[in-house]
Amino acid sequence: MELVWDILISALLVIGGIFGFVGSLGLVKLPDPMTRLHAPTKAASLGVGSVLIASMLWFGVKQGEVTLHELMITVFIFLTAPITAHFIAKANIFRDWPAEKLPRPSGDGEWAVHQADADTSRGELSVERDLAEQAEDDRA
Amino acid sequence: MILYALIFAIACFCAALLFNLYRVVKAPGVTDRVLALDTMAVNAIALIVLFGIYEGTAMFFEASLLYAMTGFVATVAFAKFILRGDIIE
Repeated sequence: MELVWDILISALLVIGGIFGFVGSLGLVKLPDPMTRLHAPTKAASLGVGSVLIASMLWFGVKQGEVTLHELMITVFIFLTAPITAHFIAKANIFRDWPAEKLPRPSGDGEWAVHQADADTSRGELSVERDLAEQAEDDRA
Repeated sequence: MILYALIFAIACFCAALLFNLYRVVKAPGVTDRVLALDTMAVNAIALIVLFGIYEGTAMFFEASLLYAMTGFVATVAFAKFILRGDIIE
C-alpha cells in the first residue's frame, strides 16, 4: 500500500514538473502574443494543480495530517487563471488589433475595448439594473 | 522514489522560472511581460509548495496562498492599466 502511494505521489510530481516546464517553454517558443497566451494559462496551471494535489496526498499519507489548504490554493488558481488570461487578451486586442481588423460584434455596439468612454461597470451581470431601467421607461 | 521525483519537479520549475525571466527581460510587447510576470507568480507558488514537501513542514501554505492572491491582483492591475490608463475609475 505504501508503494502505491509513493508511485502515485511521484507520478503527480513528475507530471506537474513536466507541465510547468512545457507551459513556460511555450511562453518563449510560440510565435505570436495570442498563441503565447495559451501555454502558461493552461499548461502551467495544470502543472501547479498536480503539484498541489501531490503535496496534499504527501501530507495525508506521510505526516498523517490531512490538510485542505492546498485544495484552497488549487481552487483559487483555477478560478483566477481564466480571468487573468481574459484580461491579458483584452489588453492584447487593445494594443495590436485595430477595430477594422476585428469582426463586427453582434448588436449595434462597438468592441468595448475600442470605446474610450465605455462604461465598464455595465457588464452582462447588470441585468437587474437594466430591468429596473426598462420598468422606469415603461412607466414614463 | 519521492525524493527523486521531487528533485525532478524542482529542477523543472526552476528552468521554467528562468524561461519566464528571459521573457520578462526580452519581450516583443508589454502584454508578454505582464503574462510572464503572472506565470512567474504561478511557478513560484509551485516552488514554495515543493520546498514545503522537501522540508516536511506545513508552514509554507500561507506563503503560497498570499503569493497566489497578490499575483492575481497584480496581473489584473497591470492589464487594467494597459487597457484604461487607470486602475480604479
